[in-house]
Amino acid sequence: MRGGRRRRERWPLARRAVRRRASADAALLVVAVAFAVPLAWLVLASLDERATLRVRLPAAPTLHNFTAVLTDEITFTPMLNSLLICGGATLLTVGCAALAAYPLSRFRSRFARPYLLTVLFSACLPVTAIMVPVYALFVRVDLIDTRYGTALFLAAAQLPFAVWLMKNFMDGVPAALEEAAWTDGASWFQTLLRIILPLMGPGLSVVAVYTFIMMWGNFFVPFMLLLSPEQLPASVSIFTFFGNYGAIAFGELAAFSVLYSTPVILLYILISKRLGGGFTLGGAVKG
Amino acid sequence: MTRRLLRWSPLAPATVLLVLFLAGPVGYCGYLAVTDTQLTGQESASFVGLANFRHALADPEFRNAVLLTLVFTVVSALLGQNTLGLALAGLLRRASRPVRTVTGAVVITAWVLPEIVAGFLLYTFFERRGTLNAVLAWLHLPTQDWLFTLPILAVSFANVWRGTAFSMLVYSAALAEIPQEVTESAEVDGAGGLRRLWHITLPMIRRSIGTNLMLNTLQTLSVFGLIWALTRGGPGNRSQTLPVFMYDQAFVKSLIGYGTAVALLLLVVGALFSAVYLRLLREEV
Repeated sequence: MRGGRRRRERWPLARRAVRRRASADAALLVVAVAFAVPLAWLVLASLDERATLRVRLPAAPTLHNFTAVLTDEITFTPMLNSLLICGGATLLTVGCAALAAYPLSRFRSRFARPYLLTVLFSACLPVTAIMVPVYALFVRVDLIDTRYGTALFLAAAQLPFAVWLMKNFMDGVPAALEEAAWTDGASWFQTLLRIILPLMGPGLSVVAVYTFIMMWGNFFVPFMLLLSPEQLPASVSIFTFFGNYGAIAFGELAAFSVLYSTPVILLYILISKRLGGGFTLGGAVKG
Repeated sequence: MTRRLLRWSPLAPATVLLVLFLAGPVGYCGYLAVTDTQLTGQESASFVGLANFRHALADPEFRNAVLLTLVFTVVSALLGQNTLGLALAGLLRRASRPVRTVTGAVVITAWVLPEIVAGFLLYTFFERRGTLNAVLAWLHLPTQDWLFTLPILAVSFANVWRGTAFSMLVYSAALAEIPQEVTESAEVDGAGGLRRLWHITLPMIRRSIGTNLMLNTLQTLSVFGLIWALTRGGPGNRSQTLPVFMYDQAFVKSLIGYGTAVALLLLVVGALFSAVYLRLLREEV
């Protein structure tokens, strides 16, 4: 009797749950398809020698577009520039952020909190807005059209968020191990380098990879600060596909876009577990 | 004293970099905005006070840019990214595992792609000969040249496509923190889906909503590459938001002083939003 009643109660609930799951699935699939269409163009057009603006299956899939763009001028030089600029800037950002995070995380002071709040505040400012004065300034101090100048600015622009993240990760490393090292006579730099940073390895890689992804995709900064074609990173050189001839080679544009996007997608997958769970990206503002 | 200075010395490299390359330009921004600096003949720049700002207020093109920025922000950030992100986060919790994985991956890929690639993809989507019109024609619906007839809506949808993942991640994290019992007991009490959303879910995640709205707005205020790849602010100036207007004035029309004044206004709006965001965070921490 009791069992029968329970069963009667449970069945509609279970059915409702199934129905609810099905409707959620259906709604999500609609959104997924809508989001996937432009991505599908990217993949399909890159394999289609006669790609147009529309999503369509290539008549004869070929890697021709890729072999066509794999030249020094189109792919290798811009990608190398991207790597030099973003790699250098990432090293600088991560280095400065790790150093700055150390006292902020370890010592008490009246000015630590205002410093951190200022840093967080500047992490939110729209960097786009200051590109005109940055350009004017770079002309004055002769940093314009140099890759290291661009890297320096990118590093500074990404630094506030990196400091904030790094400090939070460093807070998670217990101080007990350091204290042992202190008594053995290690300097703060040795403790930071040998003990804290290795212990926060995953956090460190999140900061580095996130910083690199943001810089790799940045268009406006190199667009403003670099002029000569041979110095341009991939984010700006991509405009050469819109050539001076009027006709656009869409298949090659797609192939190049795939090559240019792959590194950041792979890197994102590498850190996505950490980005998705626990870490809510509070303050991740640069697009 | 020396010891204290030594202790805080690791802050120096970061501080120097920030002062030279962020605070410096912001200060220079304030200086340039009150001069009539032009790209050609920089030596002859002179102090003009608030003339650039007065000029902006009287300039119909500036007002057009302000209005378009407002439309762009409201449609793409507040209505689009925020609402769709919340809906997706809610649906993801109920969906079956494969659907959850696929949808999450697709939406996040759109976000991770470099800005300029996203711009090109959506260009091909909205273009007259592009996929959107092909689909509409197939459904026997009227087609049109979206980038010409509704450029600001096209770039707004592009921004939704690109930025929704961020809200989705923020809200997924927020929803995961709501205790299961709360929703369950409301359900047992017979509260329907909409009432549960309005009376329980939304109040419980209101801080996440606040911070997410702030961050969406700040991100959207600084979008340049996406619009540049899609429309370059055109046709005419019908998708020219403030960053594009700023660029146009400073570099196409060579009015660095005026362009910087616009930049300063943008920076002030951004600073206000950042300050509100910090306030919201401070309550949370």
